[in-house]
Amino acid sequence: MSLTGADTSAILLTLKLAAITTALLMLIATPLAWWLTHTHARLRAAVTALVALPLVLPPTVLGFYLLVMLGPHGAVGHWMQQLGLSTLPFTFAGLVVGSVVFSLPFAVQPIANAFAAIGTRPLEVAATLRASPWDRFASIAIPLARPGFITAAVLAFAHTVGEFGVVLMLGGNIPGQTRVLSVAIYDHVEALEYADAHLLSAGLVAFSFLVLLMLGRYSGQWQRTPT
Amino acid sequence: MSRIEGRFRATLGEFSLDADFSVPSHGVTALFGQSGSGKTTLLRLIAGLARAPGRLVVDGEVWQDESVFVPTHRRALGYVFQEASLFPHLSVRANLEYGWKRVPPAERTIQWDEVVDWLELAPLIALRPHQLSGGQRQRVAIGRALLSCPRLLLMDEPMAALDTGARADILPYLERLHHALELPLLYVSHALDEVTRLADHLLLIEAGHLVYQGPLTEGLTRLDLPLAHRDIAATLVEATVIAHDRALQLTHVARGPVVLELPGLHGSPGAPLRVRVAARDVSLTLSMPQQTSILNLLPARVIELADDAPGQVLVRLALDDTVLLARITRKSALLLGLQPGTPVVAQVKSVAVA
Repeated sequence: MSLTGADTSAILLTLKLAAITTALLMLIATPLAWWLTHTHARLRAAVTALVALPLVLPPTVLGFYLLVMLGPHGAVGHWMQQLGLSTLPFTFAGLVVGSVVFSLPFAVQPIANAFAAIGTRPLEVAATLRASPWDRFASIAIPLARPGFITAAVLAFAHTVGEFGVVLMLGGNIPGQTRVLSVAIYDHVEALEYADAHLLSAGLVAFSFLVLLMLGRYSGQWQRTPT
Repeated sequence: MSRIEGRFRATLGEFSLDADFSVPSHGVTALFGQSGSGKTTLLRLIAGLARAPGRLVVDGEVWQDESVFVPTHRRALGYVFQEASLFPHLSVRANLEYGWKRVPPAERTIQWDEVVDWLELAPLIALRPHQLSGGQRQRVAIGRALLSCPRLLLMDEPMAALDTGARADILPYLERLHHALELPLLYVSHALDEVTRLADHLLLIEAGHLVYQGPLTEGLTRLDLPLAHRDIAATLVEATVIAHDRALQLTHVARGPVVLELPGLHGSPGAPLRVRVAARDVSLTLSMPQQTSILNLLPARVIELADDAPGQVLVRLALDDTVLLARITRKSALLLGLQPGTPVVAQVKSVAVA
């Protein structure tokens, strides 16, 4: 038994989506986590809750609102059309936007926890050693938060690979564009192609297990390192 | 002579700080007070790590006033925290280099090798922070601060987190720095023994207010200040070693006409030696006693008396320009008829190296 061309394409698309989503999330989550860790603004509690929302909402709800907002009659979609851009639903770019929102808490929380664990002392020490704020961020905060970044990247990647609800609502099922692994499995099951569904599903189970296993070993190793 | 001058007024909840100070920009100034008196707050304000309305001028350079606030990383200061706070992701060498690399070579006022020698850091340099003992970490932290070429060194109870053994290891390094460096050091402490060993000047802080600033010896002996009334109240005498009695294992030290003998052989003739005389080790008589076990009998004059613990008085004595404190009972003071100006003989039972 081997993978069909369509399934291979779904796997590659999924990996591409997860890789791009993870890269974008690192860029968005890092400043957001830094702000959440160090701000005294009243907005902080609200932003924290907003970031955590995808954890509790059904993905269909998230996907539905993204569809409405990004669609031609939604606020963002309307604005994009005025700028001469095409709308995002049922495109790969739309999937990326949905995945970023969906996996945001998985990236923000480990990084924010890592920043909080550093505390202010090492940054104060660096300031007394003539390091500017950017310098302190790059030379102290980022390296000390490394375990948080690795956890965030792995979780964001794995979570995006396993995404289904948002994709279905926002991306549909266009082969080569939005037909990702989880949708492909759903299609196989609907068509009673259990063997194909098994192949992909078992692969996903094995992949997820390995990711979590490695993450556990890595974080355990980090904790055992005395500081 | 240039000075470090500052004034801060701040209210933080229940706590208010009102400090107006001026300390010489050389030597060690101890910022002494009880826990919660505002020592660390004042040090953080000086470093720019905390912010409150005020003014701070270091060697003529304005670090803060109404319109200026120089951020910490642009202030040429070194700061040693209570915990060594070495960067755990960097080696000892990289920790030491952290500030050093951020000073342009032309502005480096201190030599790398000098610092490594003083603090004996060479054997530690290839290690990681977690491989060091508490005392070693603090030594690296001091070296790291020095290598950032500060014009003012701030230390916030650098030995408070260390055990007694590690403290005893660190103190000689600090004394060595004191003698080798031109750099002013502002040293926060609530341990009087550290202060008497290290400091030249004293800022005494109580509940956010400075109650004394000036020479340490005066601060320790002023009867209107709390230090003289502590159990361990003592005077410091900045003396010079004049001779050793090897047979009897005594060191003779002198300050002007005042000669003191102390047990053990210390320093070499001509070397300065700071000695400490506890108030409770000084008793008074009106005439020179004969045949006593007490070696140090010093003609002195009473300057003032003040009530101390119940039944006790503190007597401040002058021997030429040396000041001593004597803690005696009120009854003895009455029997001897002590008053300002009374000539007495101070019997000093014990003198120790500070």
